[in-house]
Amino acid sequence: MQSVEQRDEVEMLSLMLLIRRFEERASQQYQAQKIGGFCHLYIGQEAVVAGAIAAVRDDDYVITAYRDHAHALARGTSADACMAELFGKEAGCSRGLGGSMHFFNRQNHMYGGHAIVGAHVPLAVGLAFAIKYRGEDRVTLCFFGDGAINQGSFHEALNLAALFKLPIVFICENNLFAMGTSVKRSTSLKQIVDRAEGYDIPGEIVDGMNFREVRDKIAEIVNSIRKEPHPAFVEIRTYRYRGHSMSDPASYRTKQELEKYRLDDPITRLRAQLTREGKLTNEQFDQIDKHAKETVLASVKFAEKSPQLPLDKLYDYTYANGAKP
Amino acid sequence: MREITYRQALNEALAEELERDPDVFLMGEEVAEYNGAYKVSQGLLERFGPRRIIDTPISENGFAGLGVGAAMVGLRPIIEFMTFSFSLVAFDQVVNNAPNMFTMSGGQFNIPITFRGPNGPAHQLGATHSHATEPLYANSPGLKICTPATPRDAKGLLKTAVRDNNPVLVLEAELLYSSKGMVEPPDEELLIPLGRAEVKREGSDVSIVCYAQTVRLALATAAKLEEEDISAEIVDLRSIKPLDEKAIFDSVAKTHRVVIVEQDRPFCGVGAEVCYRIQENIFDELDAPILRVSQKDVPMPYNERLEKAVLPNADKLIAAVKKVCYA
Ligand SMILES: Cc1ncc(C[n+]2csc(CCOP(=O)(O)OP(=O)(O)O)c2C)c(N)n1
Ligand SMILES: [Mg+2]
Repeated sequence: MQSVEQRDEVEMLSLMLLIRRFEERASQQYQAQKIGGFCHLYIGQEAVVAGAIAAVRDDDYVITAYRDHAHALARGTSADACMAELFGKEAGCSRGLGGSMHFFNRQNHMYGGHAIVGAHVPLAVGLAFAIKYRGEDRVTLCFFGDGAINQGSFHEALNLAALFKLPIVFICENNLFAMGTSVKRSTSLKQIVDRAEGYDIPGEIVDGMNFREVRDKIAEIVNSIRKEPHPAFVEIRTYRYRGHSMSDPASYRTKQELEKYRLDDPITRLRAQLTREGKLTNEQFDQIDKHAKETVLASVKFAEKSPQLPLDKLYDYTYANGAKP
Repeated sequence: MREITYRQALNEALAEELERDPDVFLMGEEVAEYNGAYKVSQGLLERFGPRRIIDTPISENGFAGLGVGAAMVGLRPIIEFMTFSFSLVAFDQVVNNAPNMFTMSGGQFNIPITFRGPNGPAHQLGATHSHATEPLYANSPGLKICTPATPRDAKGLLKTAVRDNNPVLVLEAELLYSSKGMVEPPDEELLIPLGRAEVKREGSDVSIVCYAQTVRLALATAAKLEEEDISAEIVDLRSIKPLDEKAIFDSVAKTHRVVIVEQDRPFCGVGAEVCYRIQENIFDELDAPILRVSQKDVPMPYNERLEKAVLPNADKLIAAVKKVCYA
């Protein structure tokens, strides 16, 4: 038992490091204009997705918004496929057609990558509906930002999920800001989790900088859902270290606030916990980090040399039969 | 006249209309404290205060509807969509409530509202963020739609839109915000009527009908065509609805050949309507079939090379012009 948990946690720490190093590289490659369009980084929020993924099976469903690189990686999408997508290459997880905001991986049950705020929350409810319809014991994890909770689609989706008692965990990644708008300025509630109460959905607040707390809380909820399908809501408090997107200087918040969260870094925290408990040595950590950096560097090389989708395939992805109308 | 950017021109228009009429207010995501996602509303919060420059949560359907309601009782809202791709979340308000109210109420409630923001494809934003919404909205009677291509048109059309007693969409363009052009000095009132096209360049061999982002493309292409002894006249529609038929017909009567270059998709696109009206009214003036250069009929790919293949460009436009000129 002990050894399984140890392996899992070190593995999850590796995932968090992979995400961080991937995002750092993505940032650099964006500045070098190898990546186009909008690009939103996940740095600082790693414990949220890692904790949630650690609590579910590989065949559970995952769907998120546009800050999605981490979710794809956590769902086992290779760094190569993720970087190639950012580079717009055919080997990308969406064949270079989706870009940063539209990462998909059907095989690994990653249902996107959705760029219209709030629009994927009803989709998540649809995934959960299909689970119940087929009598399966899977669970849907639906990630979204604090900015999404004021969209009509979000409210309609929560009501539907509650009404039909669907197996879904609504995971609000509350990083305190939607672009430059703080939660205080966007939401009439004192705390986001109270949204759930309005739909009779059980809700909890979780510390998103603490991997173990995220994992344990979601594991508990998922166990309950597998026994008897129902929706649940978690408000996970976290922080993004970078601006909203690559073009946002984030001048709406203070250096002190950022520093406060950096000191509470989720990777440093989990590392310290594991080291204290004798489950991880400094050498092992350095090894893991080195491996993450190498994996990501290799993904850049891979993406660079990968071919683009040929021009004559332009019409192949408009209709499922590939025919030009 | 002085040279300013498209962004500044819009900013001046907003400031002047806010100054002139206390019933005008600006509402949208990040318009106040952030000074606008594309900085169009720079400085307006400071100048007009939070009562009139209002940040919203991400709730397009909600605040677009709020605008329509406020307009029912006489306010003159300017609703900013961060981009018109997000206006689709508010489609019901823009298409069902705003333009239908006047008819449904038997003329009791007109809706003097302006919906504005960037529209049309920018650069590698992918399928959800690249919509050219003009054909969707042009299909709704009761809406007016303008598509300024220059700083001067941006200022003059936005000011007119705010004063109009009907719902008007001002479709701006992200890729034009930093472009520059000559505009009348601030102390000179600049109003450009809706439904009035402008010949941006005189020519005699072919009429290139364009609007919004394709005006720049058409002008650049006209210069290249000149080198090959083809004289192109550039007709900037400026308004999609009402559509300035007369300006189009006058130009066609002069050149007898037409290429329409549009930023939307071909199927039921703006060009289809222009084309129909030309053949219906002045068929005999045509010396060649009308050609259209538009997007390809596919959701926008992220990949840059494919995106370029989807969008109109100079090569495609030149090829079309040569074809109608039998050159
Ligand atoms: C319908 C819609 N409106 C506006 C936007 C522009 N936009 C993209 S992200 C964003 C902020 C979202 O913040 P949040 O949900 O908190 O997620 P975070 O960026 O913090 O991860 C906005 C306004 C959009 N993509 N879709
Ligand atoms: Mg947020």
